[in-house]
Amino acid sequence: MHRVRTTCLLAALWLGAMLLPGHGARADAFADLASPQLGAVTAAISTLAASPDPQAGAALQALGERSLFAAPDGNVYIRHGENYVEARTGQPAASVPEGMKPIRLNNRIRAALAGVQAGRDLLASQPATRLRAADALYARHDPAMLPAVEHALAVEKDAAVRTRLTEVRAATILGQPPAPDALASRLEAVRALGGVGGAQARGILAGVAASDAEAPAVRHEAQQAVSRIDWHLRAWGVAQNAFYGLSYGSVLLLAATGLAITFGVMGVINMAHGEMMMIGAYVTWMVQQAIRATVPALEPVAILVAIPVAFGVCGALGIVIERGLIRFLYGRPLETLLATWGLSLILQQAVRSIFGPTNIAVQTPGWLSGAVAVGGMDITLNRLAILVFAGLVLGGLMLVLRHTPLGLQMRAVTQNRRMAALMGIRTPRVDALAFGLGAGLAGLAGVAVSQIDNVSPNLGQSYIIDSFMVVVFGGVGNLWGTLAAALALGMGGKVLEPTIGAVSAKIAILVLVILYIQRHPRGMFPVRGRGVES
Amino acid sequence: MNPFSTHAPRSLRGVIWMAVAVVVAASCLAVASLLPEGNLLHASAFVVSLAGKYLSYAMLALAVDLVWGFAGILTLGHAAFFALGGYAMGMYLMREIGARGVYGNADLPDFMIFLSWKSLPWYWWGSEHFIWAAVLVVAVPGLLAGVFGWLAFRSRVSGVYLSIITQALTYALMLAFFQNGLGFGGNNGLTDFKDILGADLHAPHTRAVLLVVTGVLLAASLLAARFVVGGRFGNLLVAVRDAESRTRFLGYRPEQAKLLVWVFSAMIAGVGGALYVTQVGIINPGEFAPANSIESVIWVAVGGRGTLCGAVLGAILVNMGKTLFTAWLPEFWLYGLGLLFICTTLFLPNGLMGLWRHARKPPPEEVTPEVADTQGDEA
Repeated sequence: MHRVRTTCLLAALWLGAMLLPGHGARADAFADLASPQLGAVTAAISTLAASPDPQAGAALQALGERSLFAAPDGNVYIRHGENYVEARTGQPAASVPEGMKPIRLNNRIRAALAGVQAGRDLLASQPATRLRAADALYARHDPAMLPAVEHALAVEKDAAVRTRLTEVRAATILGQPPAPDALASRLEAVRALGGVGGAQARGILAGVAASDAEAPAVRHEAQQAVSRIDWHLRAWGVAQNAFYGLSYGSVLLLAATGLAITFGVMGVINMAHGEMMMIGAYVTWMVQQAIRATVPALEPVAILVAIPVAFGVCGALGIVIERGLIRFLYGRPLETLLATWGLSLILQQAVRSIFGPTNIAVQTPGWLSGAVAVGGMDITLNRLAILVFAGLVLGGLMLVLRHTPLGLQMRAVTQNRRMAALMGIRTPRVDALAFGLGAGLAGLAGVAVSQIDNVSPNLGQSYIIDSFMVVVFGGVGNLWGTLAAALALGMGGKVLEPTIGAVSAKIAILVLVILYIQRHPRGMFPVRGRGVES
Repeated sequence: MNPFSTHAPRSLRGVIWMAVAVVVAASCLAVASLLPEGNLLHASAFVVSLAGKYLSYAMLALAVDLVWGFAGILTLGHAAFFALGGYAMGMYLMREIGARGVYGNADLPDFMIFLSWKSLPWYWWGSEHFIWAAVLVVAVPGLLAGVFGWLAFRSRVSGVYLSIITQALTYALMLAFFQNGLGFGGNNGLTDFKDILGADLHAPHTRAVLLVVTGVLLAASLLAARFVVGGRFGNLLVAVRDAESRTRFLGYRPEQAKLLVWVFSAMIAGVGGALYVTQVGIINPGEFAPANSIESVIWVAVGGRGTLCGAVLGAILVNMGKTLFTAWLPEFWLYGLGLLFICTTLFLPNGLMGLWRHARKPPPEEVTPEVADTQGDEA
């Protein structure tokens, strides 16, 4: 039954194509495939697609696979391995003509072939295939495909595919030149497309609204639909930007919490903090390599294994640095800054000597790659994971600071070092552990960053200044301040980015923070207490 | 507690000696470069421009020492003033090229034609006059430092906070100068200079004169710096450095003292940058990189903070070391520089000058008891 109706339809299409000016017999359509004029080629493709001749399908398939050849005499041949078959008849070529050339594909020809394929797929047995075909046709909304779409709509049973096909039909109808008798159907099509929304529907509708040939009622309706879609698109654009901002803010948060802790407790800026992140990223890579070499089955969760390892390695390194270098510079924060800068140079060069100066490829496991579409925005999974991870790290850190003896001691030292020492807190030990904790947090940040950024010896350099900005903007000794500052800087940058560009946004943020510090020299959430200088 | 003696080591004799030594050394090298090629004492063009570079860096180090050594402001952004001075001079040198550029336009530098600009932006007006360029070389860094310092010192931003926002300043400027739209050649910066005041920049005579001029200006800056920090003003600065709150309670205005020395220092850095450009022949946004600023701090630390002469010495020695290291063992230069940072801060808090003074006479016993907790001032 289907087969018969399809054949009738295709025959009708074929007749229509025959009557188009400039394209004579079907036999010429084969020759036209080799025409140097693109318009002739695409027309030939439409003609052949509508043809019931099985040779036509074979020729189109061969064209898509680049095994269609043109001979100088105007004949077209399909190559099967070493042999050539005449495309028109399906007979093996008696003798292979001289000077055969493969028929080239370009984007327009590929698009035309895809449309043909989609028209065929509309009648496929799998609903998913039909839906995909409908999507492809929606993107092209080629008026020539209207009969095929109408036919598919008549036989379609699946509700989702039907909805999509109605939209495709609306888009296709609007793709045709306006005719006075089609007012009602065009109006309906405009309404249907307005309900779909999206950039493509907006493009079609804007064309309708701007067209002089269109009836005023249709134009008015299209105008309204366009402004409605615009509003939606803008809202989703804002949401998408907010997500980017949150995501960047969470990276900043991860990078800055460790810095904030060392700065808060010890009053020193650790210039080697970025290098700790870099080492965390390299540890991630090493863990991945080790797991691949030993238990390949565990490879997808290597990143989870890397989290505690990176924390441990960087934390231990931090304690070593504090015991071996920082403690000799107590009370001289500016000298500590210089010494840790020197250390950062050494660490950078050491990593460069061991692993080479180029980027290393840290794998993103399958469950972290890809994106999900939520309404009109794309949520990339790795960024979402970092957002969650940053939240977990911050929550964990809050628990440590609130509910462990170490946290209590650290808060005491942050507020008033001397008083804390007088109460029997071993401040050197707290310093060492706080520095280790800060370095460990940097290691965690490194694991996260390895999923979204290039991992090279210079990785730390690109984050250190932004992390500093977060720390001074947020104020010392208050994790809420760090959180607020990280999110504010992340969001601020991404909000400004579309209007003034990425680099200018970065400059603007830096200048704003510099100016803010003038008004509030201790950041948004300053520590208050007697230990703090006026 | 405080590793720096409260008596600022800034003996007039030492500074004069240093100034004379710099001028004499620069002149000797300049004369040597004019000797015929076969002569044993001939100095090649490479050596001359290298020496010019060292002396320009020494001016930057001097500027850093003024604010860090005497006013206690650890600047991590002084290379910004150096680079701004360099760009101001670079603009003049660009205009001197005139119609000899690739595109042969007498008014517009090549990169502007490349960006299809039609006319000079307003901030390039007058840049064809050397005098105006010389004014810009000191005025632009001075103005920026004035605005920045006025804001920062007035609201008592100090210590590590100040260091970090100076770093942010130079970082922001670097990003801005990388932009093509800013009108300073973007990535490539300003280069391909031909003449200065009508004299060929590549001729040995011009190079020799530039080297001597650099030496003389460095010596003059040294003496001027000594003049600023000598006497009452210098004592006030040292007081601000060591106990800012106490100085304020005594009725002084620390922010004014800091602002004055900060602006003066930025101007010296600007002159250094201008001299650097004439002898190195290129200025690009890389000069704003925060790492450059931090490196200039280590020159001062190596030579000896708060000694003026030490800054000059440190800049020359460290940069010589860098040239040699990067030629022989390029892999190890960063290790060396890193170790220099660590070892200087750990073992040589007073730098080479401290070592020198220590060798000449053992330090007097600490007579000034440290009453106050200096941590409060520095944190």
